[in-house]
Amino acid sequence: MVNRCLKTRHRVGIYCKLAGIDITRNTPNPIGRDNVMDIRKVKKLIELLEESNISEIEIQEGEESVRISRHPNGTNWQTPMPQAASAASTTQAPSSTAEPAADTAPVYKGHTINSPMVGTFYRSPAPGSKAFIEVGSSVKKGETVCIVEAMKMMNQIEADRDGVIEAFLVEDGEPVEFDQPMLVIA
Amino acid sequence: MLDKVLIANRGEIALRILRACKELGIKTVAVHSTADRELMHVRLADEAVCIGPASSASSYLNIPSLISAAEVTDASAIHPGYGFLSENANFAEQVERSGFTFIGPRAETIRLMGDKVSAIESMKKAGVPTVPGSDGPLGDDEAEILAVARRIGYPVIIKAAAGGGGRGMRVVHTEAHLLSAVNVTRTEAHSAFGDGTVYMEKFLENPRHVEVQVLADGQGNAIHLYDRDCSLQRRHQKVIEEAPAPGIDETARAEVLEACREACITIGYRGAGTFEFLYEDGQFFFIEMNTRVQVEHPVTEMVTGVDIVREQLLIASGLPLSVRQQDVTLAGHAFECRINAEDARTFMPSPGKVTLYHPPGGLGVRMDSHIYTGYTVPPHYDSLIGKLITWGVDRQTALIRMRNALDELLVEGIKTNTDLHKDLVRDGYFQQGGVNIHYLEKKLGL
Repeated sequence: MVNRCLKTRHRVGIYCKLAGIDITRNTPNPIGRDNVMDIRKVKKLIELLEESNISEIEIQEGEESVRISRHPNGTNWQTPMPQAASAASTTQAPSSTAEPAADTAPVYKGHTINSPMVGTFYRSPAPGSKAFIEVGSSVKKGETVCIVEAMKMMNQIEADRDGVIEAFLVEDGEPVEFDQPMLVIA
Repeated sequence: MLDKVLIANRGEIALRILRACKELGIKTVAVHSTADRELMHVRLADEAVCIGPASSASSYLNIPSLISAAEVTDASAIHPGYGFLSENANFAEQVERSGFTFIGPRAETIRLMGDKVSAIESMKKAGVPTVPGSDGPLGDDEAEILAVARRIGYPVIIKAAAGGGGRGMRVVHTEAHLLSAVNVTRTEAHSAFGDGTVYMEKFLENPRHVEVQVLADGQGNAIHLYDRDCSLQRRHQKVIEEAPAPGIDETARAEVLEACREACITIGYRGAGTFEFLYEDGQFFFIEMNTRVQVEHPVTEMVTGVDIVREQLLIASGLPLSVRQQDVTLAGHAFECRINAEDARTFMPSPGKVTLYHPPGGLGVRMDSHIYTGYTVPPHYDSLIGKLITWGVDRQTALIRMRNALDELLVEGIKTNTDLHKDLVRDGYFQQGGVNIHYLEKKLGL
């Protein structure tokens, strides 16, 4: 799934999360203007990065520049990263240059709860309300941990045993398919 | 033009639909069961959604799952293919009610043709010749049932109104067996289809199965794409099909083609459809209509040059037919061999891993198949793994081409019925053309 978040500032950046790789693209022009650097070039750069041990590439084309840097998987994308922060993130890279970051999936101790149907995953009973449960909380068998909405019907998904929520694998509002792992209970 | 189509099917037809969508620039959503993650069209589609476990009932027949998948992918239309839910009026209705386009006729048309009694009635009204029969469901009055049979003349066949495709039928040769046959068929029909309604028809002893392909845009335009002969059958399953049907009385053919075309307009048909007939002694008798694209549609495509699945997508997009009747011409002859993953002699299914797959090629050779080297044929679904189609400037050429193509075809790792096909294309009577629907079973000694 590609998560796109567009922020307007005096310098417009377009942030993408693409399999654990961050792309920071800076154009001095407001939203709506066609980018000179097209998506094919960006794709090629991503491929280059994945195939090599490089942790970060920055290319400048005229007034446009694109920086592509590695992030270890599992980083939750909440807010856009300002220039200084993304420069700092690259310091994590040296230890992982031996293997491509995209391949190192986090290892969980618990078992997954998979979706019993096709639908949309929700963390809370209603938009804006508190999530059923958070990572780290303990849960009892039968307790509702999330909702899968299908055809306007909310289906409550229950914990199949006692335990602790280790992680959520899907984001609130994302579609899920049959048997897709949604969360981990340890 | 439709924006995004969800393909509610699997195997070779799903790949066929995907190809037609791609050619029109329509985005594709491949839904699949857990057993079908490695299907060819799933790999090629723009999006894929797992809709359930291996069992068909929980996946390809699971209406809520299919509609949910259409919702989360924001599809505009659903193509049901053939089999599964393609002739399920409830599905068509729910799809439309949920805001998607069902690629096929309206739900009420599917319902009308799904009930064989009402289908025959509407065909009679539309001027399509039908088999002499009870002209309606059989009641409970035993004396009446006996009278109907006497009027039609033995042998007769009792058929379930909710059946079709060879299911729910029983032949009766003498009056002594009639009433018990009716009762047994009723019970069977009730348990198999949930509807015990039965009707009676004259049983034709040596008919050929000849069907007519139609296309209608639901905007008052309908055309026929000539006919097909599907008489080589085993247990009501077609084995080899050809277009056009050889050795047909030309006057009768012209009449029935036109009658089918007009019937489409009369019943307000929309989409692709097939009128199935029994042909005996120079006469056509309507038996049922299939309100979907059929397995054997490629032979018609080869001799008319019309892309039937493409037309389905265009019609569903709300466009009028791109072809007029006067523009449809027949050129040459085509055959199709259904390649199944089964033992060529015992017909036992043979799922498993295909260790080597090599399709034939050359001028006039078309292979519609989803399999590839390394693909594992799952045991949960029907055994059709490919359709080998050949075209030739005449029937003889097309048949020789099929013989050579079958010799080139390689499928290793599983058993297929290729040897049976090789046998059939060398059969003297089949080479002559015009064998009836009992021929194959007689030949196989069944």
